[in-house]
Amino acid sequence: MTAIPAAPAAVPEELSPGQRALRRLIRRKGAMVGLVLVIAFVAMAILAPWIAPYDPLATSWTAIRKAPSDMYLLGTDELGRDVLSRVIWGARASLLAGVVSVCISLAIGVPIGMAAGYLGRWPDALISRITDAMLACPFLILAIAFAAFLGPSLTNAMIAIGVTATPIFIRLTRAQVLSVKVEDYVEAARAVGNSHLRIAFRHILPNIVAPLLVQATLAIAAAVIAEASLSFLGLGQQPPAPSWGSMLNTAKNYIDHAPWMAIWPGLSIFLLVLSFNLLGDGLRDALDPRHR
Amino acid sequence: MFNYLVQRIGTIVPTLFFVSILIFGLQQLLPGDPALIMAGEDRDENVIRYLREKFHLDEPLPMRYLYWLGGVLQGDLGESLRIQQPVTDLILQKLPVTLQLAAMAMVIALIIGITAGIVSAVLKDTAWDYAANIIALWGLSTPNFWLGIMLILFFSVWLGWLPASGYVSPFEDLKANLASMIMPAFVLGNAIAAVLMRHTRSAMLQVLNADYVRTARAKGLVERVVILKHALRNALIPIITLGALEFGTLLSGAVLTEQVFTIPGFGKLIVDAVFNRDYAVVQGVVLFTATAYITLNLLADLAYFLVNPRLRG
Repeated sequence: MTAIPAAPAAVPEELSPGQRALRRLIRRKGAMVGLVLVIAFVAMAILAPWIAPYDPLATSWTAIRKAPSDMYLLGTDELGRDVLSRVIWGARASLLAGVVSVCISLAIGVPIGMAAGYLGRWPDALISRITDAMLACPFLILAIAFAAFLGPSLTNAMIAIGVTATPIFIRLTRAQVLSVKVEDYVEAARAVGNSHLRIAFRHILPNIVAPLLVQATLAIAAAVIAEASLSFLGLGQQPPAPSWGSMLNTAKNYIDHAPWMAIWPGLSIFLLVLSFNLLGDGLRDALDPRHR
Repeated sequence: MFNYLVQRIGTIVPTLFFVSILIFGLQQLLPGDPALIMAGEDRDENVIRYLREKFHLDEPLPMRYLYWLGGVLQGDLGESLRIQQPVTDLILQKLPVTLQLAAMAMVIALIIGITAGIVSAVLKDTAWDYAANIIALWGLSTPNFWLGIMLILFFSVWLGWLPASGYVSPFEDLKANLASMIMPAFVLGNAIAAVLMRHTRSAMLQVLNADYVRTARAKGLVERVVILKHALRNALIPIITLGALEFGTLLSGAVLTEQVFTIPGFGKLIVDAVFNRDYAVVQGVVLFTATAYITLNLLADLAYFLVNPRLRG
């Protein structure tokens, strides 16, 4: 038998649920490591023009596939471009793709999911069937199909990933709305005569933000991998603009002569995805009482 | 049972209907005249006329959809413009390769995922548990095409143990076939192992606290028997269902893995089709995978229904 926990020595001052969640988040080491890494990557992307040692697009015929050295810390690629500079600039494409595509999913998915959950009846049935249909197509295959029909570019890759990830947010929002809309405070808001739109956005939305935030963080991780995958296949960022996925695409052909071309961009994708996953897991534990 | 079956099949009909609209709708995303785009750079007048006629491009959209759907329902997914072969034939040719890859990947994922899940649940909050969780996080965060490239670097370039690429049919040379498939299968299984591990862990943790497990322990059974016979058997049901749902991940992953290891499967088919602007093939592959996924989901549901007596009631 474990001992009955002793009552806290001093009653802590009243904290809002948000403050309590923040405290729980800060106590989680994994989440903090994730947060620090995310901040570091964002700083790297913003400061790229100042911290990259070379122009990421500058080719040099005298420095083709040079191994890492004092001059080129991570070596050079098949056109003599500095790998370190390209990795630093590549953070921009990855972060942009991750954040923009999740914003697209949220912008489409949340209102539609709210409509489905709040209105019920046929709008719900229709939206749910369409969501099922989209979820039946494997994520990357659908994103490839979208990117193929839209044409290869970073913008289209972001649209393709954002649209493909939307059904997850529709489902989540719908499920959350269904559980929140029967709460007393929503009933009360309805009883005093608030409009449907006001109830949905002022009374329901703020109460479903937490699970959406968790899902969005994890979705950024998935979107970063998806963008790298599409770029690896040649459907994302187009050369010569630097992106980790397209760098790996070329590096694959030189793996026996210049392995450094493949190691660093891949490691960067891994670390960025890992940091969003750590942060997302931590947020879930901090925000969702059931996971504690 | 019969009622449930009818009801369940009833729900997939509208889903399939919307899948077909979605996939047909992809064509509408092409900027400009689809015939001009599909004809490629030559823009041969005859080809354009042929395409217009073949896809009924001069008719209104709903009519075009019905023509297309009519073909699909008869197993006609159109024809590849590049290879001049029916899309259905192409898919059937490439499918066995991907199925072998997927099956090997699933076996690897189940072995790693379930073992790690049991270990971390039974030894909760020990170093083993932390290690298993770290491995799962690694599996979820590693882009599988990068893992593939790194394995090629290690096992093919540095050690020279395994071929870096190239596919050998198992009917020609089984040993060479397995040698060429083991790395891609591991790469593909890796991410799914991580998902399975997390689910096995939480399912086992739930079951380990159940009354019947306590009873089994109380009557003096050996811990190994309690875990494997009493706990795992009950935890396995949701895990197996989840395994079926991971089929989509498997196919998505296969696209990249096949590209890295140049394996002539399903994934390579869609990527090549994208670059050849062979849109009928792209649509065909998406439609086929979605239908397969929906069917597999249905089977998983039915299996779940069959093994769970409480649902039959």
